[in-house]
Amino acid sequence: MNLNATLLGELIAFAVFVLFCMKFVWPPLNNAIEARQKKIADGLAASDRAEKDLALAQDKAKDQLKDAKAQAAEIIEQAKKREAKMIDEAVHKANAERDNILAQAKAELEAERNRLREELRKQVAALAVAGAEKILQRSIDEAAHSDILEKLVQEL
Amino acid sequence: MAAGEELTLSGHIQHHLTNAKMCTVDGSVAFNKACSEAGFWTWHIDTLAWSIGLGLLFLWVFRSAATKATTGVPGKFQCFIEMVVEFVAANVKDTFHGKSALIAPLALTIFVWVFLMNLMDLIPVDFLPAFAGLVGEQVFAMDSHDVYMKIVPTTDINMTAALAIGVFVLMIGYSVKIKGVTGFIKELTLHPFSSSNLFVQILLIPFNLLLETIALVAKPFSLALRLFGNLYAGELIFILIGAVGLIQLPLHFIWAVFHILVIVLQAFVFMMLTIVYLSMASSDNH
Repeated sequence: MNLNATLLGELIAFAVFVLFCMKFVWPPLNNAIEARQKKIADGLAASDRAEKDLALAQDKAKDQLKDAKAQAAEIIEQAKKREAKMIDEAVHKANAERDNILAQAKAELEAERNRLREELRKQVAALAVAGAEKILQRSIDEAAHSDILEKLVQEL
Repeated sequence: MAAGEELTLSGHIQHHLTNAKMCTVDGSVAFNKACSEAGFWTWHIDTLAWSIGLGLLFLWVFRSAATKATTGVPGKFQCFIEMVVEFVAANVKDTFHGKSALIAPLALTIFVWVFLMNLMDLIPVDFLPAFAGLVGEQVFAMDSHDVYMKIVPTTDINMTAALAIGVFVLMIGYSVKIKGVTGFIKELTLHPFSSSNLFVQILLIPFNLLLETIALVAKPFSLALRLFGNLYAGELIFILIGAVGLIQLPLHFIWAVFHILVIVLQAFVFMMLTIVYLSMASSDNH
């Protein structure tokens, strides 16, 4: 054990080294490490958040798709109903129109027939009168026997 | 080997274990054997040069990493430096409870500096002393036997004692700072034996003071002597192995491999005990 002045020199060197390390070496290194740790932690948190957001967005998209599909189905359904209704209405209308036209035609026909019949009857009466006139010539007083002729005409 | 033919094995070992000395004799600078009478004011220039050189190397390497440190993706060099820093920071955080801007850099300095000084032990024992002898012979026209070069600073008790005394001063400083002067004196006098009886307590004070003082002083002593003893013994065995001829090669390899463990371990132990002692000094409960 030969302690000597070297001890003092080393003590001073030790103190200077520690002070230098404390002022110029440790803080920047430690700060860099801590800053990076924070950065990494933030990055991980952000990626977690992004993952959650993505899941949320996917859920939302799925819901929206489902809604849209339901809506489309409903619209189609409505359209089909409307189509059926329209066809139904058209059929009804057409039927009514046909009936109408038919009824009108029948009525017209009837009227025509009645008119023709009346005309025919008149002509037959005239013919009958003319024939009777020819047969009876003067023996028959037209005026006196007109009631009989009328009756005849009615019977035709 | 820079030894003459008359050199015996013990002489060779003695040569290896002697520091290069510098002192002033009669107002002029003198070296080595001329300093045998210089007493305390002798400087071990090899210890000083190697230790300060290695200390500057440590600071330069770490400082250059610190100035280039990026918070983004670090390079390999920065990663390595940060690994060391984080290792020390983790140990400090586990052991030292409380806040101090000094403890972590102190622990880092001790760990890396002591490690680098211990690492010098792995350089084959004759290389640098022989080179120094050659330089002394050729440049300064000295007898190479008079040129001493001990390259492992931690095998010099002055080096380890300086570290231990530095830590001891900090221990006292922290004790006084945290507990106050009266608190520190109380800690030294009222433990481990205390009594509620005032008279008995006064009787116990000298006994407590003796025990606590021994416990306190034993800490720097153990710090200094543990490091010195381990490295000195390791160095001695390297020197002995270096003196046994060709068989030294496998022996040297085995001892060097084992010594890698010792080197790191002793640096780590010195650092950990420093943290533990300062942690004890700055905690209130005894």
